[in-house]
Amino acid sequence: MSYIARPKVSHPALARNELGLTMRDYEGGMSTLCAGCGHDSITGALIQAVFELSIPPHRMGKLSGIGCSSKTPAYFAASSHGFNSVHGRMPSVSTGAAAVNGRLQYIGISGDGDSLSIGVGQFVHAMRRNLNMLYLIEDNGVYGLTKGQFSASADTGSTAKRGEVNEQQAIDPCLLAIASGCGFVARGFSGDRTQLVPLLKAGLSHRGFAMIDVISPCVTFNDHEGSTKSYRFTRENAYPIGHTDFIPPEVEIKAELGVGEAQQVQLHGGGSILLRKLDHEYDASDRSAALAYLSRRQGNGEVATGLLFVEEGGADMHELARLGETPLADLPYERLCPGSGALADLQDRLR
Amino acid sequence: MQPTDIRNPDYFHRVVDCQWGCPAHTDIPEYIRLIAQGRYADAYMLNRKSNVFPAILGRVCDRPCEPVCRRGRVEEKPVAICRLKRVAADLRGDIDHRLPTAPSEKNGKRVALIGAGCASLTVANDLAPLGYELVIYESLDKPGGLMRTNIPAFRLPVEVLDEEMDQILRMDIDLRLGHEIKSMRDLLENGGYDAVFVGTGAPKGKELNLPGRHDTKSIHIGIEWLESVAFGHLDSIGERVLIIGVGNTAMDCCRTSLRLGANDVKVMARKPRGFFKASDWELEDAEEEKVEIVVNHSPKEFVVEDGKLKGMVFDLMEYDIVDGRIADSRITGQEFFPCDDVILAIGQETAFPWVERDIGIDFDRWDVPVVDRVTYESTREGVFFGGDAAFGPENIIWAVEHGHQAAISIHKYCHGEPITERMPPGMNLLAAKMGIHEWSYSNDYETAPRRAMQHMSLEKRFRKLDIEVELGFTPEQAAREAQRCLNCDIQTVFEAPLCIECDACVDICPVHCLTIAPNGEEEDLRERLTVPARNLDQPLYVSAELPQTARVMVKDEDLCVHCGLCAERCPTAAWDMQKSELLTPYVHHEAADQPPQGSLGKRKAGAETKEAPVRTAA
Ligand SMILES: Cc1cc2nc3c(=O)[nH]c(=O)nc-3n(C[C@H](O)[C@H](O)[C@H](O)COP(=O)(O)OP(=O)(O)OC[C@H]3O[C@@H](n4cnc5c(N)ncnc54)[C@H](O)[C@@H]3O)c2cc1C
Ligand SMILES: Cc1ncc(C[n+]2csc(CCOP(=O)(O)OP(=O)(O)O)c2C)c(N)n1
Ligand code: SF4
Ligand code: SF4
Ligand code: SF4
Ligand SMILES: [Mg+2]
Repeated sequence: MSYIARPKVSHPALARNELGLTMRDYEGGMSTLCAGCGHDSITGALIQAVFELSIPPHRMGKLSGIGCSSKTPAYFAASSHGFNSVHGRMPSVSTGAAAVNGRLQYIGISGDGDSLSIGVGQFVHAMRRNLNMLYLIEDNGVYGLTKGQFSASADTGSTAKRGEVNEQQAIDPCLLAIASGCGFVARGFSGDRTQLVPLLKAGLSHRGFAMIDVISPCVTFNDHEGSTKSYRFTRENAYPIGHTDFIPPEVEIKAELGVGEAQQVQLHGGGSILLRKLDHEYDASDRSAALAYLSRRQGNGEVATGLLFVEEGGADMHELARLGETPLADLPYERLCPGSGALADLQDRLR
Repeated sequence: MQPTDIRNPDYFHRVVDCQWGCPAHTDIPEYIRLIAQGRYADAYMLNRKSNVFPAILGRVCDRPCEPVCRRGRVEEKPVAICRLKRVAADLRGDIDHRLPTAPSEKNGKRVALIGAGCASLTVANDLAPLGYELVIYESLDKPGGLMRTNIPAFRLPVEVLDEEMDQILRMDIDLRLGHEIKSMRDLLENGGYDAVFVGTGAPKGKELNLPGRHDTKSIHIGIEWLESVAFGHLDSIGERVLIIGVGNTAMDCCRTSLRLGANDVKVMARKPRGFFKASDWELEDAEEEKVEIVVNHSPKEFVVEDGKLKGMVFDLMEYDIVDGRIADSRITGQEFFPCDDVILAIGQETAFPWVERDIGIDFDRWDVPVVDRVTYESTREGVFFGGDAAFGPENIIWAVEHGHQAAISIHKYCHGEPITERMPPGMNLLAAKMGIHEWSYSNDYETAPRRAMQHMSLEKRFRKLDIEVELGFTPEQAAREAQRCLNCDIQTVFEAPLCIECDACVDICPVHCLTIAPNGEEEDLRERLTVPARNLDQPLYVSAELPQTARVMVKDEDLCVHCGLCAERCPTAAWDMQKSELLTPYVHHEAADQPPQGSLGKRKAGAETKEAPVRTAA
């Protein structure tokens, strides 16, 4: 927690994006998280991603539940819309937001406790509904905000700061997401921004639910020896299955980039993903193979990272529910509120 | 890149841009903090230690510190360093009891100082407290050199000059006014001195030998003319005056002309703006007084009829400017400017007709004495030069620094020690952390723009020759201006083994000067930083390999505002803020064989070498 506010002064040569904004225009309030928290680094990566994609801040909607992780929306894009909801209930609030205004770029930020413990039901249904949003789990294996109890993503055998051993099984949000039919599943690490930023940009450009589990060490309660979500453990055991390059729409993919083991996926929102595999076995477009592969890596104690599964073209909630394109806020009043006659007609039809 | 060697005192010294830029290495950020605390007397004394004449320099210093001030890179205008110095002087109160004194018992060494300008006075200031018997020879009737004869009183009041000279002269110094040295041989052979210091300045104004030059009495040499005015020998000038040249002397000549009755004063410049020698602020001050600066006019001839100056003809110049340099030029025509007087302000030179050429003091082919840049010794042992006399015209603060260095040499020479073996500068690093989020300095960024200096109104200032134009800052203005200082001496110090690579510092830095990246060659690394580091004058601070990924932490020193947020955000205190304190040895350190200790008071054993700064815990 810092005492002085971050000074407004900035580097005169700071880059500007298509909107003429600098990274600093995507900043939020001063973080009140512990110094060194992985969540803050994810905030930094998010700022970079939305800046590079030139997303207008007022076209973004930030949603979260409860937890240290769920405080993230307060720390970037101060001029965006946002809703800090109830523990584990962010998917419902997002569903409502997306239903009335499908044109905003939704970014949901949750924690492993928020999504996998109390909120696991909501989480799975959000994927099933295929809400059009980027959904981040800032995954530290503990309930940071309530002082470090094991969460549902804590690995069997890992130890708490005071030494207790976790005997329960872990829920891996990536396996859960692939199994639940999610069309974009990735894992990143707060401490590897070169990998994380392209994943975020790809997730933001994917139509439908894009879930990224970001390992995000809790420096205060889960960065010790014996933790499997610490900076050191993650650096030593991360197993990147490939490089993900996000290619903006205006850039043509050159032949030399596409050779060999590269896989290209066109994204709905413009641009494409170029996957350069490090592991030849891996096929990010094969759901059952991905499941099998990830389970195997997990068995070896490795943390597979990168873009794990992607499938474009699935119908999102808007299409499935046949919702109108126009946000409710933009409808003329007469259409939004057609009057008591229309209500009576509707009621008649339901009788 | 190799990890940066922060044990070399130069590294952190260089980060303090102003102190690095100041020839005398004045501890600027520290005195500004003292001013912010209202400790004006302490600020004055700290200044005096390095620059000897804070009240004088607070008004007329050439301020090499300001153009290099970091604040001027972060935003438009540098901190008003120089004018803050004046605040310390104006508000210091009585400091007499804190000034150096001469011991009643002398050390038996006699030194002659020729010329009573700032160079000689600095030597006297440093040597008198050690018991030297000092004799200053000055050809004029008053001491002070160009500070008295050429810098006009409306910039530097005589009382201010007298007061600070007196602080030195009262130390039993034998000042022999009206005593011109006419033969160096004679002085060396018959003076009975252990050493001689030459501080005679660069007294010869350059000539402009064009047709008509000597046909009238209305063409003056700038520095001589200013001297006549200063001594009251001259109190008027014609209505229309042309000043030739656009350096600092020209600025004083044009403004002085206005005060002697001229009402149409033009400064004639050969080159366009941007190529002038005068500092921006002097140009501003002259233009405020409605002096016209005429560019691209090269003097061709003086038009004189029957001994009366009618005007001057100039060639009209046109220049091709490529990358900020003049690549080519041509004359496109002529223009006549009528005038009553012309003042030549095109430079000065040293002149040593009184130094015989067969006494072992060598001169180079430009007739400039050969002087060592470190020891200030000439080619004759025991004869030292400093100030404008050494390497040609410079400014007061350089003369002061020469004086300090020459004093060290003179002392060593008089005691039979090798003058090249000099105490190296040292560096202290002191913890700046006082508690959680509490530092020994105010780390918040003051957004206020530079305070404007109040000037005497245009109606009032011309009534007399010696009405000081600048009124100085009020304590309120000074307090605000002081907060603009970025405290560049509160250094960011990095301990690679502690870093867990969480990015907290990188993300919090408001000016994006930190990056964690794979190491590389400097040129490549500079381009891969969060914001590419394109100011090659500013160093990169590169860490040892980080423990977890073997990448390196790189800091581009260029724009760091020393806000301390990196240290506040770092969970492991890998970044820390520490106050650097440059330890500049003066002659009294050499004499006591005690390196300067600064505020630590005590140096640890083994810390005397240049490579080993002293560190202490909190
Ligand atoms: C018009 C003008 C304006 C200036 N303005 C500024 C300014 O604003 N800020 C700044 O920093 N610098 C300024 N300078 C430069 C500055 O004044 C000089 O760099 C500085 O005074 C040099 O100091 P000094 O001690 O070397 O010599 P000087 O100040 O020149 O002193 C030399 C003294 O030696 C005496 N002397 C010479 N020969 C003999 C001899 N043979 N025997 C005995 N005595 C002798 C001279 O009479 C003189 O008193 C200005 C210079 C000029 C010409
Ligand atoms: C309904 C409800 N139950 C319990 C809590 C207490 N609570 C607050 S945050 C939290 C866990 C947060 O863990 P996680 O989502 O992993 O976030 P982290 O702090 O680790 O980032 C809990 C149990 C609550 N706020 N609301
Ligand atoms: S408790 Fe853990 S998760 Fe919460 S802010 Fe601190 S470091 Fe981050
Ligand atoms: S002190 Fe640290 S955070 Fe502040 S500007 Fe300098 S490097 Fe950046
Ligand atoms: S905040 Fe500290 S530990 Fe984190 S990356 Fe910066 S220096 Fe390293
Ligand atoms: Mg958690």
